[in-house]
Amino acid sequence: MLPSLLIVFREAFEAGLIVGIVMAVTSGVAGRGRWVAGGIAAGVFGACVVALFTQSLSKLFGGSGQELFNAGILGFAVVMLGWHNVWMARHGRELAAEMRAAGQAVVTGAKSLAALAVVVAVAVLREGSEVVLFLYGVAAADGGAGVGMLAGGAIGLVLGSLVCLLTYLGLITIPTRYLFGVTSTLIALLAAGMAAQAIAFLEQADILTAFDETVWDTSWILSEASYPGRALHTLIGYVDQPTAMQLIVYAATLAAILLLMRLFAVPPARRPHAA
Amino acid sequence: MKKDQLAVLLLASVLTASIGLARADETVTLSLTIKDRQFEPVEVHAPAGKPITLHIKNLGSTACEFESNELHVEKVIAAGGEAVVHVRPQQPGRYNFFDDFHRETKGVLVVP
Repeated sequence: MLPSLLIVFREAFEAGLIVGIVMAVTSGVAGRGRWVAGGIAAGVFGACVVALFTQSLSKLFGGSGQELFNAGILGFAVVMLGWHNVWMARHGRELAAEMRAAGQAVVTGAKSLAALAVVVAVAVLREGSEVVLFLYGVAAADGGAGVGMLAGGAIGLVLGSLVCLLTYLGLITIPTRYLFGVTSTLIALLAAGMAAQAIAFLEQADILTAFDETVWDTSWILSEASYPGRALHTLIGYVDQPTAMQLIVYAATLAAILLLMRLFAVPPARRPHAA
Repeated sequence: MKKDQLAVLLLASVLTASIGLARADETVTLSLTIKDRQFEPVEVHAPAGKPITLHIKNLGSTACEFESNELHVEKVIAAGGEAVVHVRPQQPGRYNFFDDFHRETKGVLVVP
C-alpha cells in the first residue's frame, strides 16, 4: 500500500500546488470555483484519454510523441499564464477597486478564469495520466495486493488535495495590497518553470540539442527528487542539473512576461477616476 | 526588406544545419527490455561524449515509467509497448535509472 500511496502522492502533490495557487490567485472572483472544478474535470478526463492512448501517442513523430505532447501542453499553459499576468496588469486594479466598491465577488474576469482553468487542466492531465496508468496496472494485478494498492493510491490523492488546500490557505493570508504583486510573481515563476520543463522534453526528444551542456549540479544541495526539491521545481522551476538552453528559456520567459506586463499596464495618470 | 529576408533565411539554414550536424551518425544505440520487474540487461555501457539512444521494450503486463534523475529522462511505456529515449552525451560515470512505478526495478548506465 505504501509504494502506491507515495507514487500517487508525488504526482498529486505537484498538481495540488498549482491548483492551490490558482485558487488563491482567483479568490474573490465570482464563479471561479466552477471554472477550477471544470479545469480539474477536463484534466482528469484528458488524463484517462492520454493513459489509454499512451502507446499510440509514443509512436508518433518517430517515437517522440509523448515528449512533443508534453512540451506542447506545457507551452500552452505557459502562454495562458503569461496572458493571465498581462490581463491582470491591465485590469487588475479596476478589478480590485470594483471588489472594494461592491463589497462582494465581481463577475468580471471570466476570460482570465478560462486561461487559469486551462492551466489547471494541463497540470491535472500531466500528473493524472501517470496516476491513471499506474493505478490501472495495479488494479489489473492479482486480487489482494491490488485492493491494498488502490487504497494507498486513494489516500495519496487525498493527501495531494490537502497540499492544495494548505497552499491556498497559506496564500490567502497575504494582505490584499501585496496580493497582486505576490501572485503575479508566482504565476510568472510558474510559467518560466513550465517553459524550462517543456525544453527538457524537447531535449529528451532530441529535437533541441543546442546549448545542451549541464550548467551546474546542485543535486547534492537539493535534489529534484526530494519533496522540497519537487515543491521548488513546481513553484519556481528549480532543476538540479539544468542545461544552458533551459536557463536561457527560463530567463527569456520571465523577461517576456515582465515586458508584456509593462507594455499593457494602464499607467496611473491616464486611468479615469471612479465616479 | 529583401536583404533582411535573405539574412534571416541564411541564419535559419545555418542553425538548422548545425543542429543536424550536432546529431550526426555518432549516436550509440542500446536496447533494454523490462520483464518480470527487471531490466535486461541490468547494466548497459556507452562511450563518453556521444549521444545515446535507448530502445526500451516493456514485456511486462503493467505500464512502467522509465526514469533517471541523473540522465534527465522520464517516459511512460504501456504494457507490451516500446519506447525510444534519447540521452545527451555523458561524462564518465555510473548513471542509475529505474522504473518509477516499480522502484525495485533498477539498472545502471556505465560510461567508462
